[in-house]
Amino acid sequence: MSRAEVTAGAAGASGADGVRAATAATAKETDTGHPAGPGSPPRPVRLAWTLGLLRSELSITFRRWRTLALLAVLAAVPVLVGIAVKIETGDGGSVGGGGPDGGGGPAFIAQVTNNGLFLVFTALAATLPFFLPMAIGVVAGDAIAGEASAGTLRYLLVAPAGRTRLLLVKYATALTFCLVATLVVAASALAVGALLFPLGEVTTISGTRISFSDGLLRALLIALVVAASLIGVSALGLFVSTMTSSGIAAMATTVGLLITVQILDQIPQLHAIHPYLFSHYWLSFADLMRDPVYWDDLVKNLGLQALYAGVFGSAAWARFGVKDIAS
Amino acid sequence: MPSTSGTPTGSVIETSGLTKRYGKHLAVDGLDLSVPRGSVFGFLGPNGSGKTTTIRMLMGLIEPTSGRAKVLGRPMPHDTRRVLPHVGALIEGPALYGFLSGRDNLLRYDSADPTADPRTRKARAEAALDRVGLTAAAGKKAKAYSLGMKQRLGLAAALLQPRELLVLDEPTNGLDPQGMREIRSLVRELASDGTTVFLSSHLLDEIEQVCTHAAVMTQGRLITQGPVAELAAGARGRLTVTTPDTGDAARVLKELGVADLVVTEDRVTGEPPGTDLADVNAALVEAGVRVRGFGVERASLEDAFVALTGEGFDVAG
Ligand SMILES: Nc1ncnc2c1ncn2[C@@H]1O[C@H](COP(=O)(O)OP(=O)(O)O)[C@@H](O)[C@H]1O
Ligand SMILES: [Mg+2]
Repeated sequence: MSRAEVTAGAAGASGADGVRAATAATAKETDTGHPAGPGSPPRPVRLAWTLGLLRSELSITFRRWRTLALLAVLAAVPVLVGIAVKIETGDGGSVGGGGPDGGGGPAFIAQVTNNGLFLVFTALAATLPFFLPMAIGVVAGDAIAGEASAGTLRYLLVAPAGRTRLLLVKYATALTFCLVATLVVAASALAVGALLFPLGEVTTISGTRISFSDGLLRALLIALVVAASLIGVSALGLFVSTMTSSGIAAMATTVGLLITVQILDQIPQLHAIHPYLFSHYWLSFADLMRDPVYWDDLVKNLGLQALYAGVFGSAAWARFGVKDIAS
Repeated sequence: MPSTSGTPTGSVIETSGLTKRYGKHLAVDGLDLSVPRGSVFGFLGPNGSGKTTTIRMLMGLIEPTSGRAKVLGRPMPHDTRRVLPHVGALIEGPALYGFLSGRDNLLRYDSADPTADPRTRKARAEAALDRVGLTAAAGKKAKAYSLGMKQRLGLAAALLQPRELLVLDEPTNGLDPQGMREIRSLVRELASDGTTVFLSSHLLDEIEQVCTHAAVMTQGRLITQGPVAELAAGARGRLTVTTPDTGDAARVLKELGVADLVVTEDRVTGEPPGTDLADVNAALVEAGVRVRGFGVERASLEDAFVALTGEGFDVAG
C-alpha cells in the first residue's frame, strides 16, 4: 500500500466527510475507479441506477397499509363536509355568514351549495391546519427512525445506499406524499362536490366571475400551493427522524411540534414570532381566488417553506452524516 | 490507485489500534486485526466482547473513537461507496420489512446498491433465494418467516452480488442444530468459491468446524490471531489414561515424568512426556494398571483459549 493512501484515508476518515466525499466522487467513479480487489470487475455507479432506490422507496411507501389508511382518512374529510353541508341546506337554508373569512366554518363553505367546486377549497382549508400536516408528520417522522428501529437502516447503508442519497430519497418521498395527499383531498372534494351540488361559473372573492374551467385551473393551482405549504413540516419531520432510533417517538415529536406551532400562532402576544412559524401563511392560498391574484402572502409562504427546507434539511444532513448507526 | 489487495496474499481486513469507546467503557480496545484473503476467518469471543462493534466500524456504520480500519485495501468509513458493493454483510441478525415478501425484501436491498444492475435484479434475487433454499417461501410476507428463514433471507441479501468478502455476525444465532448445520455448510461452500468469509461467533466448536483462521476477543481486546491449527497447537494435547486404577496409574505416570497430573473419577490426564508413548503404556500394564483407554487428546481451541485467558470460555465480558 502506498503511504500517501494511508495518510489520506486517515485525514478524511470522519464519517460525514466520507459520505459527502463519496457522493461527490460518484461522477468520476469510472476514471479513478480501480476495483476494490483483484477478483472483481469494476462496478461503476450509474446515475439512472441510483434512481432505483427512489422508485423502491415510493413503491413501498404507497403499498403500506399505514399510508393507505392516512390517505383514506384524508379522502373521507370532503365526504363528511359535503354531506354535512347538504344536510344543513337541504331545507333551503344556507351555511355560514358570508365570505371566506366569515365565522361559520372553514373558508368558502357558504358558496358550496351554489357551486360544488367550492368544496375543493373548503376541504383544503379544513385539512391544511391539521389532517394534512399530521399525515406528513407520520410519513416524514418515520422516514429514517422507522428504518432504524426496524434495523433495516444498517442494511440499506451497507448495501451501500449512501447516507446523503438515502436522505434525499426519503425527503423526495415525503414531498411526493405531500402532493399525493393534497391531490387526494382535492379529487375527493371535487367528486363529492360534483355529485351533491351544481357546478358552474365561479364567483371570486373579489366578486368577479370566471368560467368553470378557469375555476378548475385555480383549484389545481391551490392544491399545488397547499402541497408546497407542507414542505416545511416535511423537512422538520425528517430532521426529527434523524435524531432518534424510534419511529414512534419521531412521529409523535413531529406531530407534537406541529400542534405547538399552531397554538403559538394563535397567541396574539407572540405576534413577533408569528411570521417565522411555518404555518403562519398557510391559509394564504385563498388569495389565489382573488381577481387579480394577491401574491404577497403566497410568496411569503413559499419563501418560508423554502427556508424551513433549507435549515432543517441541512440539519438533518449534518446529523445523519455523522450519526452512529447502532441499531 | 493500486492497492496491496491486488496481490492474492494481501489482507482483506486490516485494522490498527481500532478503538470504540462508549462513555467510559471501551467496547473495542486497540484492535490490530489482519484477515488474509481467501480465509474463513473466525472472530471468536463471548457475548459483549466487542465483535459486533468491530464489525459496525468495519462497515462504516459507526465512527471509531481512534485507530484505522481498511477493508479491501481501502480506508473505512471513508470509502464506503467503493468498498461495500463488494462486501455482503449480516450484522447482528437479519432485519427485514415485515410487510414485504421475502423476494421484495431482496429487491429493496438490491435497489439500495447503486452499482447493482436493475436489469438483472430479479434474476439475481431468484438465484440468491435458491442458494439459501428459500425459493418456495419467497412470496410469503417476511413477518411470517421463522427465525431460521429470516436468517437465511439475510444471507440471501448478502449474496445478491458476487462478493469478495462476506461479513457474517453470529449467523447461526438462535438456530436449531439443523439450521446451524445448513448455514455452516453454506459458509464452507461460499468459501470454496474463493470468497473471504469473516465469521463472528461465540461458539468455539463452530469456529473450529468451519474456520481456517481465527482471532480471539475478550472484553474488547484481541488476545490472539492466526491459523486455527497453530492456535490449537499452541496449547499442547494431553495424555489421557482411562482406568479404574487411577491411583496406581497416577503414580506410574509421575515416575515416568508426566507433569501436571489431573485425576478424575476414571481418568488420569497430564502433559505428554518426551518418551515414546508405547513405553508409557507398557509400563502401566506392567505395574498392573488395567487400562481401558490410552492416548493423546488433540488440543482444542477451547484449550488454547483457557491457556490464554486462564478462564473458561463462557465468562462474559
Ligand atoms: N450503542 C452502544 N452504546 C453503549 N454501549 C454499547 C453500544 N453498543 C455496544 N455497547 C457495549 O459494547 C460492548 C461490546 O458489545 P458488542 O460489540 O455488541 O459485543 P458482541 O457483539 O461481541 O456480543 C458491550 O459491553 C456493549 O454493552
Ligand atoms: Mg454481537
